[in-house]
Parts: sequence; C-alpha cells; structure tokens
Amino acid sequence: MADGSLGLWTVPLAVFGGAIRVSTPFLFVSLGECITERSGRINLGLEGTLVMGAMSAYGISYLSGSPWLGVLAAGITGAMLGALHAGICSLPRVNDIAVGIALMLFGTGLAFYLGKPLIEPTAARLPAIDFGWWSDVPQVRAALRINVLFLIGIALAPLLYWAFKTTRWGLLIRTAGESSDAARAMGYSVLAIRLRATMVGGFLSGIGGSFLSLFYPGSWNEGLSSGQGITAVALVIFARWDPMLCLWASLAFGGAAALGPALQSVGVTSGYHLFNAAPYILTLAIMIITCSPKRTLTGAPAELSITR
Amino acid sequence: MTTGSADPVEAVGVAPAADPGFLQRYGATIEYILIPGAALVGALATFGLFVALFGKNPLDLYFYMYQGAFGTWFSWQNTLTRAAPLILTALCTALPAQLGMVIIGGEGALLIGALSATSVALAMPWASPLVVQTAMVCAGVIGGGLWITLAGALRQYRGVNETISSLLLVYIGLAVLNHLVEGAMRDPASLNKPSTREIGAANMIGSIPGTDVHWGLAFGLVAAFASYILIYHTVFGFSARVAGGNIRAAKIVGLGINKLILIICFLAGGAAGIAGMVEVAAVQGRTNANLAAGYGFTGILVAFLARHNPLAIIPVAILLGGISASGGLLQRRLGLPDASVLVLQGIIFVFVLASDALYGRIGFLKGKS
Repeated sequence: MADGSLGLWTVPLAVFGGAIRVSTPFLFVSLGECITERSGRINLGLEGTLVMGAMSAYGISYLSGSPWLGVLAAGITGAMLGALHAGICSLPRVNDIAVGIALMLFGTGLAFYLGKPLIEPTAARLPAIDFGWWSDVPQVRAALRINVLFLIGIALAPLLYWAFKTTRWGLLIRTAGESSDAARAMGYSVLAIRLRATMVGGFLSGIGGSFLSLFYPGSWNEGLSSGQGITAVALVIFARWDPMLCLWASLAFGGAAALGPALQSVGVTSGYHLFNAAPYILTLAIMIITCSPKRTLTGAPAELSITR
Repeated sequence: MTTGSADPVEAVGVAPAADPGFLQRYGATIEYILIPGAALVGALATFGLFVALFGKNPLDLYFYMYQGAFGTWFSWQNTLTRAAPLILTALCTALPAQLGMVIIGGEGALLIGALSATSVALAMPWASPLVVQTAMVCAGVIGGGLWITLAGALRQYRGVNETISSLLLVYIGLAVLNHLVEGAMRDPASLNKPSTREIGAANMIGSIPGTDVHWGLAFGLVAAFASYILIYHTVFGFSARVAGGNIRAAKIVGLGINKLILIICFLAGGAAGIAGMVEVAAVQGRTNANLAAGYGFTGILVAFLARHNPLAIIPVAILLGGISASGGLLQRRLGLPDASVLVLQGIIFVFVLASDALYGRIGFLKGKS
C-alpha cells in the first residue's frame, strides 16, 4: 500500500480530501451570506466579493510576504463591498437582487483589472497543518493537510448558531429579518443593522476568497472562481438559514466539486466537465426537491425578497 | 422582484390630473431619459477618476473611448457587430422582467442555442444553405428557449428562485458545451482549442451588403421591435404586464399565469438562443468555448439600463457595444487592461440601480402640483 497504488480507493479519499479543501470557500461565503440573509437582505454580489477577496489577498501577501495580512486585506475588501451593497440598497426603491448582480460584475471586473500584474508572481501561501503524519500513504497525507482557515470555519458555524440563538446581536439581526417594523418599534435602525450584517457577510466571503488564491488552488488567475460564490448563496437557501446546516452542506458541496478532479486522477476523463458541474447540478436538484410553490420555506426570514 | 415598481409611484408623482401642461404629459418620458443619462455620466466620471488614480489622463480615456466606439466607420461597424448579440441577450432579461421575474441566465441560453444550432447544421450536410440557416434559427430558439423555460417552470411549479436557478443553468450549460465539444462533437483536427466541426462557409449568414456588420444585427432589431409590439400592443403583452404589476389581480380576472410565464420565458430564452446561433453562423463558424464571451452578462446590464423596454434596448445595446468595442483601443493606446471594460460596466450598473431612487423626486419634473 505504501507505494501509493491505492487503485479505486483514490476516488473516495480524494473526495474526502476535497470535501475539506474545496469546501472552505463555500463554508465562509455561506456563513457570511447566512448572516446577511438573516437580517432580511440578500447579497448576490458575493461572487464578486469572493474574486476581489482572492485578488487582494494574493496581492497583499505578495507585497508584504505575510499571507495572514492577505487574509485580513481580503476580509476588509469584502466588508467594503458589503458596505457598498448595503449603502445602495438602503436607498428607496432599489432592488437588492439587482444590486447584487451589479456588484457581481463590478467585483469580478475590478479584480481582473487590479489583478493583471499578479498573474505572474508567486505570493506566500497559507500554511497547512499536517494531520496525516501517522500515515505512510501519500494520498492520505495529502488529504489530511488541513488549512487553519478550514478549522476557523468549522468553529465559526456552531459559534454563529449560538450567537443567533442567544446573543443580543443575534436577536437583533433576526428581528430585522423577520419584521423590520418590530425592530423599528424597539428603537433600532433596520438599515444600520443590515449594513453591519452585510459588511460582516462580505468580510467572511472575502476571507473565503483568500483561501482560493492563498491555499487551494493557491494562485491568482481569472478563472479562479467559477460560480462558487453564487452556489454558496443558493446553499444558504438549501441550509434553511441555519449555520450548522451550512457547514454540512458546504462539506457535501466540496466533496461534489472534488469528484471531477478525483475521477480524472484515476483515468476517468470522459465526463470531466460534467463532473465539474456537479455542485451546480446538485444545488439545482436540491432546490427543486426542497422548494415548494405552496408555502414559504421553513426558517426563511420573512423580510427576504426572494421568499416574499 | 420589484423591478417595475417605479411606474405606479411615477403616475402619482408626475402626472396629477389638473393642468395638462408639457411637463405633465412628457415628464415621465423626460425622467426615463434624464435619470439613466445622468447615471451614465456619473459612471463615466467615476471611471475617469478611477483611471486617473493609475496615472492616465481621463480626457484621453474619453477621447479614445469615443474613437474606438463611434469615431470612424470602422469602429461603428465593430460597435454594431457587438450590439447585435447584446440586443438579443438583453431581451432574455427584459421580457421576463415584464412579469416581475429577474432572469440572469442569458449566457446559458446563448451557449445552448449555439450548440443546438451547430448540431442541426452538422446533421444536415446535404441541405441547401437557406434550409440549413432556417433550421439553425429554429434550433437556436428552441434550445435557448427551453433552457430558460426550465428556470421559469421551476419557479412556477416548484417555487425555485428563478434568478439563482438561471445563473446555475449558465454554469451547467457551459459544462454541457465543454463536455460535447471535447467529447462527442469534437473535430479531431482542432488541437489547441477543442471545437466542433465547421458548419461550412456556404451556411454562414454573412454581412449586410456594403458593411462588415453581420445579419445578426437585423435579427436583433426584428426581435426587439417584435417584443415591443408583443408587450405594448397585444392582449398577450397586456396580460403579462398586468400579471407583473399585480399577480393577485391577474388571478382574479382569470389570466393563466403559468402559461404566461412559460411562454415569456421561452421567448426570452429563444432571443438569447438566436444570439448564440448568430455568433456561430456569422462569427465563429463552429461551437467552442470562445462563445462564452460574456454577452449574456452584459445583456443583463443593457436590459436594466433600458428599464426593460424592448425599444430602448436598441440604443443602449449600441452604447454598450461601443464601450466593449473601444476596449481594444484603450488597451493599445492607454495600456489599460482588457478588464477595464468590465469595471466600467460594473460602475454603470451600480449607478443605474442607485439612480432608481431618484424617480419622482426631481423638483422641476413634479409639475408644480
């Protein structure tokens, strides 16, 4: 076994490793979007935020030599894009879904523009913790090289669950999402709550983007994100706005996304592109199964424009 | 889902019954031109500032943008060639918007339309060019149409949000295209860029006489005018607008909402499908990944900038076609990256949406009521 010839076992192992590696951006974007949507607003622009985050993280990491500064920069960039979204949406009669589409185009365009000089150089990458030291099999070791961001994401999900349930801020966000009138009656500004929720959502999505450029795949190019951001937004709907379900769903999606490359590594190349589309097909299939025209989804924030 | 919500507010704010002066009669129209125009100017100014940050002269930028878009007959032809698919993909967003739906999957319908059109053309090598071209148009409409109808049907029968599903369908469509182009439909001779076989020079639709602009522009213009007549001058379009304005009222008067949605989605996807067919039959000659050039996404911007009015789509598509046509000149003369067109489009989109807040609030247009 030690010679690395695992045969077909490579596939489940790669899917498992992929579930850990590929799921991290899904996890961060979906947790961020979960906060934003719980406050009653949907930010479809997170695809753009993800790409901007990836670009700024790579740039700052390259310039400063510190990948963690890059992660921070990605988060701040994301928060700024979130503030832009929230700012425009707080104007009267502005549709948040349309603004999201606009920021998706704007974010990707800006990232490609500013990121042109970053395609060539190599930036310092995020370190990984080797959890596979006990094994002799290289594939197992590869699968268990886990990035710290993934662990932070895993810790964040129960933390958010707890925060939504018990803390004052969690309650405020949920109130703004369920009934803006109630929040207003309590003397809080709904727009301010949503601004902060969207900024936090953007911050997390930016960090998700930094994972793409600084760990896996670990470089900056214009094809880095192909719809992970939008898939994560759909994933929040499927996870019924529950941070813990977001975690499990992200893992499942990461596994699905790793299926194509895993099969290719054992020589199954025929359906490569179709397997690569597995996360999108899975999202669509899950939405078809779980949605219903008769009732609004359980757990959906009442103020959310897509469920109204 | 409140894209058309400005209209009723408009009617209250701008046109009071008394004193039918010029402003009362044309105030709304002026507003519809003035506000997006101002948003456009604001976006161009912001982009100028952005470029100035990188040490380029904004005046040079505007000059080269004008030169590259409308400065010469050559650039006009380039602009019109790019405007053709934009008109068609914009209709893919604008038609469902009449029903209050936000469909952003024009790119997917374009790809599937192109793939269907190519398949049909390759399947009938014996037929005369006119037959092949007609079949390609039909295949493009049906392929693209069914692709968007899927998003519409999912919304109507399963309650799946059509914005997200149509965007997911873009990625699925691209995967299907890549799968077929690199697999079953691959021309073994295409080594570097996997492609299908060529549809043949005889089957290409060619250019409008006297120009280098291909016949796709005519398809776009016809589709835009037909959509305008359909939406504003037929009973079908009237019911669609009623359903878009107030779904409950539409149900009470007994309109078949399901049928309306499916037909509108089919027409919308069909328009984008023709854009794909045109790109194959007039530009590429075959199907490959080059077709995913972003026309579908720019089309969304065109539709929003035109406020989903099929006639307004034509000038707006020419304008944005011009912006993308000037990209090459900006790259050569000013050394701007090719993504600058994307940045400008994004800024325009943001400004146009933010300007929605201005409707009914411009002092002198309120008609002194």
